[in-house]
Amino acid sequence: MNEELRRIWQQFYDWVVGNGPRPENEVVPEEPPPDLPFAQKPKDKYSRFHEATLKERYNQWLEIHGLHLFSVLYSGLSVLTCLVIVSLLLATVAELPPFGDERNPAHNEVIRRYVEHGGHETGAQNIVAGLILDYRAFDTFGESAVLFTAAVSVLMLLGASRRNSLKDDPSPHSDGEGWDFLNRGPPALRHHVFRQDDAILRGVATLSIPVIIMMGCVVVINGHLSPGGGFSGGAILSTALILAANAYGFERVHSFFNERTFIVSSSTALMIYALSKGYSFFTGANHIHSIIPKGTVGDILSGGLILPLNICVGLIVAGTLYGFYALFSEGDM
Amino acid sequence: MTDMLAYNIPFISIFVMMISAIITPLIPNKNRLPEKLSCIAIGFVGILSAYLLYSLTSGGQSLSFNFPMGHFPAPWGNELRAGPLEAVLSLVFSVAMLLSLTGNFSSTAEDIAPRRRNIFCVLVNLLTASLLALTYTNDLFTAYVFIEINTIAACAIVAVKEGPETARAALRYLVMSLVGSGLVMIAICLLYDLTGHLLMQNMHGAIQVLVATKSYMMPLTVSLALITAGLAIKSALYPFASWLPDAHGSSTNASSAILSGLVLKGHIFTIIKIFYRVFGLDVIHLLRMDTAIFILGLAAMIMGSVHALRQNNVKRMIAWSSVAQVGYIFLGVGLNTTAGIAAACLHIIVHACVKPMLFTAAGGLSNAAGHRKGLHALMGTFYVNVWAGLGLIAGACSMMGIPGFAGFASKLSLTLASFDNSAVVWALSALAASSVLNALYYVPAVIVVLTHNKDAHKNFTAHAPTLSYKVSMFVFLALNFYLGLFCVPLLRLITRGVNVL
Repeated sequence: MNEELRRIWQQFYDWVVGNGPRPENEVVPEEPPPDLPFAQKPKDKYSRFHEATLKERYNQWLEIHGLHLFSVLYSGLSVLTCLVIVSLLLATVAELPPFGDERNPAHNEVIRRYVEHGGHETGAQNIVAGLILDYRAFDTFGESAVLFTAAVSVLMLLGASRRNSLKDDPSPHSDGEGWDFLNRGPPALRHHVFRQDDAILRGVATLSIPVIIMMGCVVVINGHLSPGGGFSGGAILSTALILAANAYGFERVHSFFNERTFIVSSSTALMIYALSKGYSFFTGANHIHSIIPKGTVGDILSGGLILPLNICVGLIVAGTLYGFYALFSEGDM
Repeated sequence: MTDMLAYNIPFISIFVMMISAIITPLIPNKNRLPEKLSCIAIGFVGILSAYLLYSLTSGGQSLSFNFPMGHFPAPWGNELRAGPLEAVLSLVFSVAMLLSLTGNFSSTAEDIAPRRRNIFCVLVNLLTASLLALTYTNDLFTAYVFIEINTIAACAIVAVKEGPETARAALRYLVMSLVGSGLVMIAICLLYDLTGHLLMQNMHGAIQVLVATKSYMMPLTVSLALITAGLAIKSALYPFASWLPDAHGSSTNASSAILSGLVLKGHIFTIIKIFYRVFGLDVIHLLRMDTAIFILGLAAMIMGSVHALRQNNVKRMIAWSSVAQVGYIFLGVGLNTTAGIAAACLHIIVHACVKPMLFTAAGGLSNAAGHRKGLHALMGTFYVNVWAGLGLIAGACSMMGIPGFAGFASKLSLTLASFDNSAVVWALSALAASSVLNALYYVPAVIVVLTHNKDAHKNFTAHAPTLSYKVSMFVFLALNFYLGLFCVPLLRLITRGVNVL
């Protein structure tokens, strides 16, 4: 009993001082076998005369077929899981209330007030704009912040900061492995092959970019009057930037829209949204009279805060979409 | 009725954090100004939350109030809601966030390139804002929007430390998290189609009608299963927790502390709100979701600890221990009683205070051992960084459930709450087994740290802990003892909060 206890303690002590059993994933270089004459060579397990036990044969089989078997099983199970989920969801959709039926639960007092009183309560002719930027403006603020978060994160991971930090500060504090991988050279950036002589693209771009920009501005500015608004107008504006970058090269776009411009415009737009809507939330919740005029429904200057908010959202969306394109294709903006 | 300032605090807290996040890219990135600004903003929110808690509980019985976001009342506009439970949680979240930042102030500087640090602050501010919004929101779609912000920011603060490990971990986390978001989105669409509302108490009323008339039961069950599965993936319930050890083990210490202590808790509290406020406990029981959660919680308690036993890296060990602790919380939720949910909320608070302390302590110890994270390398580090050593010992005692430490209080209340359930034997044996397993990996770690090391001077870099580290660790330890010794008033407060939830 005493022996047993001492042995356990010894094992524990070994483990504490680090003499424990070798971790499984440690790679130990194999010693080359001594070069013996053929007759004296020990019979290893691969020798012809060695009869493999069942376990060895199983291990050999696993070594050869294991990965294949695993991948087959894995993809089979994935397909099966997907099929189960797809059929479950289809069955659920079949059970849902019929689309467009007037007795549906979704047709209740909430929708009725949006449709019937949306115009004069928000001042916006476009009910959807009134809904997302006045009734439920907090959700839209969150949505814009989602875009801001994503853009800032991608900028951090792929933007100029990455290359510069790798160049001047390969941090000495790391666990060793991994940094070799990064220090092998500058990260491979997929630079666009920019062709100077693409006359057709340039010609079309010169003609269409002003039209696209005007279209985008119209969609953003008329967001409270007609279908459209900040999200769709911003997407149109970003296509103009992307087309310009492809036709004239990213350097030309950099001269007026770079990382700094992007950060400043997005932050400022979101800040204007936060402050103006924060004022509106505060006055609404505390039943204080708000100084923001609603205007006449149908005028260009109407809808209270909806017009400036649409412009803010448009700026954020345009910058973010162009930023994603530039960062993922060029690694820079 | 509460006074004017307390009434506006939920709105002010969220907007202070959002504005602080938006303004951070614009201020000069020098002298660690962005981080100081974030700390000030989070501290301010903490003070506001404490005032809100005081104001809600000082008037005899607990009150709760709704705060319309804008000029339109609730079913039409967005709405926030605050009660004692929300106030306690936002206080704990902001305090733990502040301590995670200040405690790891120097290790953040070592791990994150200077140009990335201001964006790290933006992300931390956005995370705090999203946690506050998830705590206060009364609207399911607002919850979804802030879950999205939370997801992206959480993945980005894993990847903020450069290296292939963190990139891989962040990618894995992102894929799993987005699957969870997708499930939550589908479930919210289904629920809206069935109820016609997004506001929690109106949804509750519509669901009660559906259940009473036994109509649309199958879509209702599917939507409940999808929303639970989606949020369970995000809060790392056991079979969905494979992303957690990579993400929490490889990132910088501040990120690990924030992710483990707080980000998981935001999603768990959303599940609690959906169970309690949207569906109602009787409907949850009718649809058998409580049993599923209960079984998964039991599995998580055992399997998280079993995986933790096999780790050599101290941070990965603590990360797997988080999986086990999330299992405790889900056990409380799965009991499906007010007492069970109150115990789960107490465990959320305890874990939000203890786990950042453990990560901060592990960071300090591995820093003292020359940035090595293997358990063997930490031998004798207690004598280099006493504060970190004390933090590890107190955290380990708390996780094992030694009386006097924070974990004891929540484990005791979980045990007491489980006596109401018919599966009490399973709950008690899993609690006992999990505590023993916790001891099996935390006690050796403590012994290793306390063992004298003869060649310490050769390996160790003499990093004296900074003042901010000492102060944060002191506050962590004080919180730990406070929660362990004086948990009864807190539990009473939480129960009152759950009752008005």
